[in-house]
Amino acid sequence: MNDPIITIEGLNKTYEGGFQALSRVDLTIQRGEIFALLGPNGAGKTTLISVVCGLVNPTQGHVVVDGYDSVSHYRQARERIGLVPQELTNEAFETVWNTVSFSRGLFGKSPNPAHIEKVLKSLALWDKRNNRLMTLSGGMKRRVLIAKALSHEPRILFLDEPTAGVDVELRRDMWEVVRGLRDNGVTIILTTHYIEEAEEMADRIGVINRGEIVLVEEKAALMKKLGSKQLTLQLHTPLSALPASLDQDELSLAADGYELVYTYDGRQEEEGRGISALLTQLERAGIGFKDLHTRQSSLEDIFVDLVKERP
Amino acid sequence: MNLYPVRAIYMAEMARTRRTLLQSIVSPVISTSLYFVVFGAAIGSRISEINGVSYGAFIVPGLIMLMLLTQSVSNASFGIFFPKFSGSIYEILSAPISYLEVVVGYVGAAASKSIILGLIILATSSLFVPLEIAHPIWMLTFLVLTAVTFSLLGFIIGIWADGFDKLQLVPLLVITPLTFLGGSFYSIDMLPPFWQTVTLANPVVYLVSGFRWSFYGISDVSLAASVAMILLFLAASLATIAWIFRTGYRLKP
Repeated sequence: MNDPIITIEGLNKTYEGGFQALSRVDLTIQRGEIFALLGPNGAGKTTLISVVCGLVNPTQGHVVVDGYDSVSHYRQARERIGLVPQELTNEAFETVWNTVSFSRGLFGKSPNPAHIEKVLKSLALWDKRNNRLMTLSGGMKRRVLIAKALSHEPRILFLDEPTAGVDVELRRDMWEVVRGLRDNGVTIILTTHYIEEAEEMADRIGVINRGEIVLVEEKAALMKKLGSKQLTLQLHTPLSALPASLDQDELSLAADGYELVYTYDGRQEEEGRGISALLTQLERAGIGFKDLHTRQSSLEDIFVDLVKERP
Repeated sequence: MNLYPVRAIYMAEMARTRRTLLQSIVSPVISTSLYFVVFGAAIGSRISEINGVSYGAFIVPGLIMLMLLTQSVSNASFGIFFPKFSGSIYEILSAPISYLEVVVGYVGAAASKSIILGLIILATSSLFVPLEIAHPIWMLTFLVLTAVTFSLLGFIIGIWADGFDKLQLVPLLVITPLTFLGGSFYSIDMLPPFWQTVTLANPVVYLVSGFRWSFYGISDVSLAASVAMILLFLAASLATIAWIFRTGYRLKP
């Protein structure tokens, strides 16, 4: 699959105070995928989205949206994009129907009540269409922002922390909505600092830290790293080398030979090796151990490794 | 120019006026009527005619101008300041629209409101004093040009302001004093010569004078000077707005 819908090249952003929010960002988003941009607070996620959507002027570099430069051809670029911001910002006195219709007009589309109706129904807002925004709950307001972003039938949807401060049930509902959009061919870029969310939703995951993209990978590849486990055995007597009688592929020695580390995932068990086979082999080889523990590496670990202070 | 976004902004702004009818239409009409009662009927009856026009009728153009300037500035500044304040400006900035379209939408709505208000006050004043309009076309021209120009100024103030206090600052400290000292309630002939010269530095004098000329054919300064002054204002406001959008001043970091 190589059909980029957004190409970001050499993007730098230094704010007036001298703070560098983005540093040499190169990123390609493929048509029709769900891309999760993961990073700690202040990593540059919102700045990156803001540059693509035209809210922030880049210091250097450029963004091409579906073949159109985001600055020189901003009309064509922006009409393809819907943006759901992180903050709940609303005109408090407007009704749901009016504010969503306003967004459609603002994006240069002719009125289409049937489409607005469809969007409101898909987000379970139809019953609330005549309510003023200030009477809605936080979760409903979030849905209104999504409805506004979808009012002009965008091909690309940016969701900036869509589930921040949203309860579990609503979060599941939103994931459903996002999947439904993807099925209709909408490309989705979401930022989050919930790893669970990236795991649940994304086709690809990008990690951003201190304004730099530190990793972009298929979720499946990440999950493979994620799926591995380690069994550590603490030995009575240190080993200087692994005995030849053991399957050595997944084994290694640590702590001056006092620890035997076995790295495995579901595969070994299927092949009839796995932990129980290993323990049998150890008994035969006469290797005794006083303690053992297992540990599963998670996306959290990978993430923490990536974003921790680097020289 | 795409008309859908312009219409969306214009209609949303006009809807805001309907929601705040009391504040945006009724209250200026009441306060203007109070001026008529106090200056026109109570005090005005003791003031002699000015160039053959009764004092009550003399102050009508000045009063309309006073309302036009303050309401244009406050409507337009609030219209763009509020989305900035609430954060919903993100939508305007991310929309596929040109700056021209944004300005036409916001400023057009603010100017429309001021023009409607001016006409309502004109109608109200005809209940209190006998009115004649010598040059109706010129009257409308001044009305529209002033409303547009000062709505542009209000738009600039709304973008510049980073708090509600600043939003009130310019209308209170600049527009109102200049209008009161700009011959709304008197002819500058009534001032001592020195102050007449000082007053000529006040741009509002030219607006009030031109507007009053369109009613009664009397003026403090020449018509050409009035028209030149308002066009100068218009050009300065447009240039400032062009600069704001080119640099992203206070809109785009």
